[in-house]
Amino acid sequence: MTVDAPIRPAQSFDDATTPARRRGGGPRESVMSRTAAMVIMGAFTLYFLVPIFWLLVSSTKTLDNFNSSAALWFSPTSAQDFVGNVGRLFTYNDGIFPRWMLNSIVYATVAGALGTILSAMCGYALAKYRFWGREALFNIFLGGVLVPATALALPLFLIFSKVELTDTFWAVFLPSIVSPFGVYLSRIYAASSVPDEIVEAARIDGSSELRTFFTVAIRLMSPALVTVFLFQFVAIWNNFFLPLVMLRSQELFPVTLGLYTWNSNVSQYPELRTLVLVGALVSIVPLLVAFLSLQRFWRSGLGSGGLK
Amino acid sequence: MTQTAAEPAVVAPPSPRPTRPRKPFRYRKAIAIFIVPFAALFAAFYLTPILYAVFQSLQKVEREGTFGAPTQVFGGLSQYALVFQNTEFWSSIGRVLLFGVVQVPVMLLLALLFALLLDSPLLRGKRFFRLAFFAPYAVPGVIAAIMWGYLYSPSLSPFSAVTSRAGLLDGGTVLWAVANVVTWVFVGYNMLIIYSSLLAIPTEIYEAARLDGASQWRIAVAIKIPLVVPAIVLTAVFSVIGTLQLLTEPLVFRQFTSTISSTFTPNMLVYSTSSVPNFNLAAAFSVVLAVATFILSIGFLRLTQRKADQ
Repeated sequence: MTVDAPIRPAQSFDDATTPARRRGGGPRESVMSRTAAMVIMGAFTLYFLVPIFWLLVSSTKTLDNFNSSAALWFSPTSAQDFVGNVGRLFTYNDGIFPRWMLNSIVYATVAGALGTILSAMCGYALAKYRFWGREALFNIFLGGVLVPATALALPLFLIFSKVELTDTFWAVFLPSIVSPFGVYLSRIYAASSVPDEIVEAARIDGSSELRTFFTVAIRLMSPALVTVFLFQFVAIWNNFFLPLVMLRSQELFPVTLGLYTWNSNVSQYPELRTLVLVGALVSIVPLLVAFLSLQRFWRSGLGSGGLK
Repeated sequence: MTQTAAEPAVVAPPSPRPTRPRKPFRYRKAIAIFIVPFAALFAAFYLTPILYAVFQSLQKVEREGTFGAPTQVFGGLSQYALVFQNTEFWSSIGRVLLFGVVQVPVMLLLALLFALLLDSPLLRGKRFFRLAFFAPYAVPGVIAAIMWGYLYSPSLSPFSAVTSRAGLLDGGTVLWAVANVVTWVFVGYNMLIIYSSLLAIPTEIYEAARLDGASQWRIAVAIKIPLVVPAIVLTAVFSVIGTLQLLTEPLVFRQFTSTISSTFTPNMLVYSTSSVPNFNLAAAFSVVLAVATFILSIGFLRLTQRKADQ
């Protein structure tokens, strides 16, 4: 993986569907291969979407009609049951669930945003300045990409317990800021999207290096930084092992760990089953919306990840 | 970078002496401000834990007599000897290797197939399929595992007619039940990586083949697939890393079935060893696992690189 390879020109996914791209001459595809393609994709659409649909339907069931009504369709009382379920979800145990959602949002957005800025600064410096030890430093950071997060969680716990910071907000927040992958992506983006001439011109105009970065470079890098942020946001939102190891107090849990603990108590408290399912649905809705609406930003990140 | 007359005031580069073999840093202060914040956090939350884990793994706990206070002393490689003698460790490694040998190729072949279909003129509604297949990636591992746990359940599943007989969470099949969850979440993600790599191929490359009447299948095999090998290698490396780290999904499934032991995967073994607590042994497990992951992913990259060069 050579990092300095030029990034390929941005290309929209939707180009593939425009007539200009693929409707040149050549024979038409046979009806059979068209049908086969549609059947394959149709079948797998069911595979990918039915579980999510089932979750949606289940969240409209009460404990009583969970088993008695059709599992994959709504019951006559679905609308009011759904409202009731959500109401109980948000009030159960003094509103611990909204607290978990809020925690997840804070961990993921604040640590993600902070991490993105630090990664952008570091990646920019690695791309735009020549200095002794630059490549060595970059390779160390790149090595960090291959270090599994789970391998870090346990020693981090031991270190945090020395300074008595386990079971605090900081125990999950601070390690989440560091994203070596973000530095890797930022360096590629800075190299390809911030021309040296612009940096030089800013210097001639008397702008300081920092000011050049925060007013000029960061704007040129901004589409890419959204990608870096998305990657880190998802990584933090999905991180389960670190909070599992670090946290004991329920009010610090992210939503994943909270639902996990609820689900482990389902056999003693059956009413939790409905709450787990409604909670699961509520917890993925913001992510689904963010994902699908920001999907074009994945393109550039995933595309540049594929550089050889 | 050329020397310019208007040197910014914030940087105070000492006037470069031409006799020195190495130029002193220009913009030293700015570079430090850009790099130090990340580097410091990286040192604190990546390098320190790694070094600390290595240090812990070289320690052992000794007691004076049966009831004496435990003290930590240098234990050399004794923890590592215990790691390699540990049968649970080997069976958990065997389990994830078996998992990886089956699940990773199946997932990547599916991702490649979907990416090729999305890139071919055979489909309508590409935008819909792309979104639908990518949607599961938005579901966190814990939530996905809870969902599928219910879907597999003999009594609670909407498909209980099948699941009550199939015993999907029984000892023999539970590994594949986990594999299905991982596949469900990650196929769409890998599909997008390969697909964006396919989009970058200039159309002219296979225009000629089209005009000569080559089928889509032929174009895919002869032209497209060889060109997206780097993307496939990348997805494979990340999948291998993910497989060795398997933890969340089997941990959640323990809530649904008793067939998953607390040492089912290497990471679960680390977790259960540390909750004993036996931190020294857990650290040794972690170090061995991280080194194995590193070697496997680097080795895989090298291997495929060499093949591509031939």
